[in-house]
Amino acid sequence: MKNKILIILLVFFLSFCFFVLFKSLESSNVYVPEKKEDRQLAEFVSEDFFTKKKITSNEIFQGSDYYILNIWASWCAPCRKEHPQLMKLSKNSSIKLVGLNYKDNPKNAKKLLKELGNPFSIIIVDQSGALSIEFGGYGIPETFLINKDKKIIKTFIGNLSNDSVRQINSIVK
Amino acid sequence: MKLSKIFFVLFVMLNFFSISFAEKNDQLTIKISKNLRCLICQGQSIYDSQSDFAVSMKILINKKIEQGLSEKEIYELLKDKYGEWIVYDTSFNKNTFILWGLPVLLFFLGGAIILRKLVFRKV
Repeated sequence: MKNKILIILLVFFLSFCFFVLFKSLESSNVYVPEKKEDRQLAEFVSEDFFTKKKITSNEIFQGSDYYILNIWASWCAPCRKEHPQLMKLSKNSSIKLVGLNYKDNPKNAKKLLKELGNPFSIIIVDQSGALSIEFGGYGIPETFLINKDKKIIKTFIGNLSNDSVRQINSIVK
Repeated sequence: MKLSKIFFVLFVMLNFFSISFAEKNDQLTIKISKNLRCLICQGQSIYDSQSDFAVSMKILINKKIEQGLSEKEIYELLKDKYGEWIVYDTSFNKNTFILWGLPVLLFFLGGAIILRKLVFRKV
């Protein structure tokens, strides 16, 4: 009787292990960062890219229903790739585009804007990278859709695609 | 002459305090960054990693310490931005209760089995 219970328990345990391992085979082992959305934006002070004047988050995020904050740099190849999508989004009058120039050489950044166009209403500078962490950023490029209550409602890790633009436009309308 | 000596002593003391304060902040930055997981370079802590993400994170931690935030407040701030996964020492909640509870359960179960065996052996 005792042996029977032990065997049943052993079979149950082995089946459980098999089930867990089998299930894990289906899931991808490529790590995807957890996107924490509906987060309140932290208040910060930054520097304007063109005027070099100090600017607060309250001054940046005002006067629009939606904001797009895009982390970019001239040395980042995917940023060049997503630039046309940002140009498209800049035509939407309900969105204010804010650029965060990340660890970049200002000369090269200006050159890129001259070459591909400037979609941003305002560009702030992040030379140390700490500001991108304040936004909850993982890398570059990264885009955050922010509502008028200064809450991050959507995060796009990597370069923006046509589908991302469609998603943004469907939210903003 | 006396006045210059006083100034010299004050200068040395001020330097000493600022150095020890900076050292204390650096030690706390190291402690916190060792307890944080680098989210884009698996298997490494923020302290170990030299990725852009980790370097920026260390700068932010240092900045927050200078602003007067405590160690616990910094963990909470980063958990709010990146989720529970960023800290190695996860807190007890509905997602982690099996992780925390299972070893305790197994401990008591094992203890009960050993105790039962010992009691039976005596009888």
